[in-house]
Amino acid sequence: MSEETVQNAAPKTHAINMSALKKPRRAQPEAPKDIAIHVNDLKLYYGDKQALNGIHMQIPRKKVTAFIGPSGCGKSTLLRCFNRMNDLVDGVRIEGEINLDGDNIYARGVDVADLRRRVGMVFQKPNPFPKTIYENVAYGLRIQGVNDRRILDETVENSLRGAALWDEVKDRLNDNAFGLSGGQQQRLVIARAIAIEPEVLLLDEPASALDPISTLKIEELIYELKEKYTIVIVTHNMQQAARVSDYTAFMYMGDLIEFSDTDTLFTNPAKKQTEDYITGRYG
Amino acid sequence: MDKKPIAHHISHQYDADLEDLRSRVFAMGGLVEEQVANAVTALVKGDVELADAVITNDYRVNAMEVEIDEECTHIIARRQPTAGDLRLVIAVIKTITDMERIGDQAAKVARMARQLAEMERPRNEYVEIQSLGTHVQTMIRGALDAFARMDVQGAIETAKEDLKVDHEYEAIMRQLMTFMMEDPRTIKRILDVMWATRALERVGDHAKNICEYVVYLVEGKDVRHISVEQIEEAALGKR
Repeated sequence: MSEETVQNAAPKTHAINMSALKKPRRAQPEAPKDIAIHVNDLKLYYGDKQALNGIHMQIPRKKVTAFIGPSGCGKSTLLRCFNRMNDLVDGVRIEGEINLDGDNIYARGVDVADLRRRVGMVFQKPNPFPKTIYENVAYGLRIQGVNDRRILDETVENSLRGAALWDEVKDRLNDNAFGLSGGQQQRLVIARAIAIEPEVLLLDEPASALDPISTLKIEELIYELKEKYTIVIVTHNMQQAARVSDYTAFMYMGDLIEFSDTDTLFTNPAKKQTEDYITGRYG
Repeated sequence: MDKKPIAHHISHQYDADLEDLRSRVFAMGGLVEEQVANAVTALVKGDVELADAVITNDYRVNAMEVEIDEECTHIIARRQPTAGDLRLVIAVIKTITDMERIGDQAAKVARMARQLAEMERPRNEYVEIQSLGTHVQTMIRGALDAFARMDVQGAIETAKEDLKVDHEYEAIMRQLMTFMMEDPRTIKRILDVMWATRALERVGDHAKNICEYVVYLVEGKDVRHISVEQIEEAALGKR
């Protein structure tokens, strides 16, 4: 593996091939000027083993950014850095910085609970609490000390609507969340995450335990959620990355190999390694 | 097969992408139809300005082809279309190639129109070119309508017109040859007319190709390189 990392990688804009053309294109993202997360020379070690080799990248605000790459490439590790989930792992050492709206989240004195309120996370397997549907969504507010029934009702409804689940559960809000299907549980967990209005939503393989139709529903939901949130998704299903994301980062063995807008990455990647991976030629 | 062009996908954006693709194809179709009409008018009326406009506008047709091709590439890369969606994308890619060539033929007619405008005009005021031009225009519109409505019957009816266009073309050629024999001084002018006639005949062929893609799109059957009767049998036989 070469040393090349993508210095200060921000997604490239797609080159328009005919300047004479005015393209009324919706699919072409602009060069992102509005960056939510700056990752600056991030190195992460699990004990002696280095898992991230100095990552530089800029994650655009209110867009969907997907991380793809083979198992063990560091994509989940990188994602977990964004809300300091790796702090919980023994023997982890982190160098470099991650700036969320200008604040280094690894600075001294950062309130990690507050960080995790700003950066929500959804995991591969839906993990609702053993409570009612209502209480699952209201949980975040309750631990913040909100007990006003009116505010809670409103937030629960809005969050469930936001997660495209309201119509399916509105008549059984007081049922146990475990009675929902896997796809519904995952949307419930997303509703729980957005109930506290985070700035960033991290999704770690959010659909890999779901059937194809539930997967498509989650993907459609992701598309709707980017109106309000910056979304970073890790997926080992690269077609999913192609479908849902605006920008895609390809990682390999702890390096960020390529980061560009999804249309370009999937039609004309700049690096041969990327091309080999997305065309299924890694051998 | 479901006659509704595109039933809902779970992903609304996918619906929007495909709908956008279709409307771009129809916009391009409208443009090439207009180009052919203007080229024919320019020739018949000896309107140099209009002929120039057609020649200049050809870049728009080409640009639309490039754009739509790119959009198709993105849809394939991002959505991995299957079944009817896949056939739509493939049919679009092929259709716009033929439409771009129709655009080229229109530009060719317009170039001939420029040259002919400076020459003596025949007594019949190019009525035969007008008639052939109108005929192939009708074919373009028929092909696009069939595409828009996913109408196999309409596509076949339009494809049948190509035979008539071919006959008309032959008749004009014969007539022009007679003129040349009668008065060799007209040969230079009539050769240009022949080029224009030939170009219009080719437009008919391209329109017929588009009709074949409509059959592929709706029925999933490849009906290229067979006679219209065989197409009819293949596409409608089972009904």
